[in-house]
Amino acid sequence: MPIELLMPALSPTMTEGTLARWIKKEGDTIAAGDVVAEIETDKATMEVEAVDEGTLGKILVKDGSENVAVNEVIALILEEGEDKKALDEWKPKKKEAPKEAASEDSDGSDDKGEKDAAPKPAAASAIAQQASKAPDAPLKQDKKGAAPSGERVKASPLAKRIAEEKHLDLSRVIGTGPHGRIIKDDVEEALLAGNAGASVVKRHPVEMVKVPNNSMRKTIAKRLLESKQQVPHFYLTVESQIDGLLKVRAQINGAAPKDAENKPAYKVSVNDMVIKAVACALRDKPEANASWYDDAIIQYNNVDVSVAVATEGGLITPIVRNADQKSLAQISTEMKTLAGKARKGTLKPEEYQGGGFSISNLGMYGIQEFGAIINPPQACILAVGAGEEKVVRKEGEFAVVNVMKCTLSVDHRAVDGALGAEFLQAFKHYIENPVLMFV
Amino acid sequence: MTEKHDIVIIGGGPGGYVAAIRAAQLGMNTALVEREHLGGICLNWGCIPTKALLRSAEIMHYVKDAEAFGIKIDGKIDFDLKTVVQRSRDVSAQLTRGIHGLMKKNKVKVYEGHGMLEGAGKVAVKDTDKQIIATIEAKHIVIATGARARILPGMEPDGKMIWTYKEAMVPTRMPKKLLVLGSGAIGSEFASFYHDMGAEVTLVEMQDRILPVEDAEISGFVQKKFGEQGIDIRTKTALTKVEKGKSNLKATLKGPDGKETVETFDTLITAVGIVANTEGIGLEGTKVKVEKGNIVTNEWCETAEKGVYAIGDVAGAPWLAHKASHEGVICIEKIAGVKGLHPMKRENIPGCTYCRPQVGSVGLTEAQAKEKGYDIKVGRFPFMGNGKAIALGEPEGLVKTIFDAQTGELLGAHMTGAEVTELIQGYVIGKSMEAVEADFMHTIFPHPTLSEMMHESVLDAYGKALHM
Repeated sequence: MPIELLMPALSPTMTEGTLARWIKKEGDTIAAGDVVAEIETDKATMEVEAVDEGTLGKILVKDGSENVAVNEVIALILEEGEDKKALDEWKPKKKEAPKEAASEDSDGSDDKGEKDAAPKPAAASAIAQQASKAPDAPLKQDKKGAAPSGERVKASPLAKRIAEEKHLDLSRVIGTGPHGRIIKDDVEEALLAGNAGASVVKRHPVEMVKVPNNSMRKTIAKRLLESKQQVPHFYLTVESQIDGLLKVRAQINGAAPKDAENKPAYKVSVNDMVIKAVACALRDKPEANASWYDDAIIQYNNVDVSVAVATEGGLITPIVRNADQKSLAQISTEMKTLAGKARKGTLKPEEYQGGGFSISNLGMYGIQEFGAIINPPQACILAVGAGEEKVVRKEGEFAVVNVMKCTLSVDHRAVDGALGAEFLQAFKHYIENPVLMFV
Repeated sequence: MTEKHDIVIIGGGPGGYVAAIRAAQLGMNTALVEREHLGGICLNWGCIPTKALLRSAEIMHYVKDAEAFGIKIDGKIDFDLKTVVQRSRDVSAQLTRGIHGLMKKNKVKVYEGHGMLEGAGKVAVKDTDKQIIATIEAKHIVIATGARARILPGMEPDGKMIWTYKEAMVPTRMPKKLLVLGSGAIGSEFASFYHDMGAEVTLVEMQDRILPVEDAEISGFVQKKFGEQGIDIRTKTALTKVEKGKSNLKATLKGPDGKETVETFDTLITAVGIVANTEGIGLEGTKVKVEKGNIVTNEWCETAEKGVYAIGDVAGAPWLAHKASHEGVICIEKIAGVKGLHPMKRENIPGCTYCRPQVGSVGLTEAQAKEKGYDIKVGRFPFMGNGKAIALGEPEGLVKTIFDAQTGELLGAHMTGAEVTELIQGYVIGKSMEAVEADFMHTIFPHPTLSEMMHESVLDAYGKALHM
């Protein structure tokens, strides 16, 4: 069977694209890593690299074809020694039903899910931005590659019932039934172990599983690797007192108009205020709102702040455009909408492509401070830590204040240390004097 | 000559030949030794040919009953015994040929002869003159030699008046007055068959009811139906003596009151259980343990001797072809290191008896469930309440289900009536997948079918039956 080369997805939301041009011709030998074609969406052009070796047997989608659906077979690669006749024997598979994110996985459809999961394992390996291949391991039976924590526990009805009766957490039980399903025996064993108070060490029978990389994951990997390798990062950390900011926030939220159901019109978060402070600081120090290119440094005239949002598939950075001109309530509402779309995977490219500066906030996880990787081509990213109480000496007395540490990662090619420091100074000034944000 | 194989299986019955196919599928160079005919008792002298005979009896019953369905048959309704038996033999022969084909297709080398262990990893194949015709070397040896009818002293089959299942399957004359000893599946099926074919049948059972392994309610139901049909049932009765005359037998029956009566029959079928074939297969020189006549195995069919396994009847009850086949598959997959295997669950092995009315069951009986201390919910649904049953003219039967009140686990299902042997698998699938009552309740059963009773019985266990 010839290897099927599939139309790749350049972004999580991409459903179709243009096959700009073929780099390789029919009959060309292909080695892993060779660029075989170029794919375009409205925003980007990307090279398609081959993972499999062989000969480009047949091009099925010609140069310049528009609206090529993701995962459509665009060419056939013959493996070494494979006869050309195999090309004639190849038949396109029946068009698969579109795989919607909405098609929640369930016990019953596991087998199907394994076969139909999109992108198919074959597709995932046929085209990749990374040449390294994962070792052989069973595929995780999860269409969306969800994190294990959010995963539905697979168990037989009886196993579930017994677990419920005995208040046993099934997520901690290893299933030995078909496709790793938890069966009655597993539950009883777990109960037995639990009752005996013994901590039974049970090695998982399946040593490892493979979670196929979706295009989002691959994009994250590629971009961050490039960034960390090619961008000379330096880091500046500043601590700001946020008591004033918290007070203002409480005032703003307390004064929010309420609707008929007594629901406030907005609820501004600390993060929303950080976005606003960053936007104001960028307005003051536009040199930090920049990108490095070999021939020039680009300075952006609009303050568009990218905000990192964690989703099931990975990170994405929706953009609050012209944040400096928007009110906190506006920023807050917009951020809620964007984060919701990001989690559902329904962001439009213009909602996450572009932006001049990024914010990454891990404060809600209690992270005190961290250094983020720059999101190219932007020159700066601000890593926001948790708000914490701290004892300080104030007018000869000890006092408790709330502080927040933020670390700016800077591309030294575009922004020097002094400029970075000035930006942070401005940022701190807004955070500690929040009323200035309204001026 | 010495032949090398990865695995050798002694016995080509439903345990052995299935194990051979599975082994071949898993890439093992497989040998199968069979002394008589592939397919074993099941295919040649058991399950299959009796079903062919019973089909004749069933058709006889339909024809006799035809007028009730508006079908008029003029003239005498009769049967030709020779044709009935020949049809049964033809069915067996056809299927045996099929097994030969399967062996060939799977590249299983079949040795025709008597297989015998000859030390570690060696099996000698002998012809009828006990001459070695081949020696097979294999790392794994699976014993699947099956079992044979238990013979009581003084009641040895003579092929004339005293029969075992084997003689009863190829009668040359119809018994007029038949005594069947033992009311398990075999005895009950033959009692039913010969009665339907016109014989006067007496069915003798030591226990207090016929089909003693079945749920008491079910065997009570069958017992009642047998009685109504005219089968003379004697429970708590023993056959203490048989005297053979010229053309008949004098049987001494000891009833529940301890009194002995002598009655005359022209034929006796003994169906008092079976004995495992453990002799003459070279177990003596091995660590293989034989207890109560059966080879002792663990949950993976391994014997005490490394590399020697036993499956099916030779490894003990239940003596069922499908149990043997399943053990064969598990045994082979364990040898091959297939991941995710589980030992066979005894409570998930169904049993079917093809008398009229049929019986199909799986899991615990009500009495067993109570004995094990379960708090149970029992559902019942009679054939009388099912449209399809009425339309078929089969309004008699019962579907009984037993659930664990605490977990909703289906502990047992017991059915009697028309076609229940084809229905029981529905419960077996549910049980294997660990369905609870809600799963059965939420299953949509097609209308109009007998299977709707399976739904209703579950609903009844929870007080929700719709058509009752």
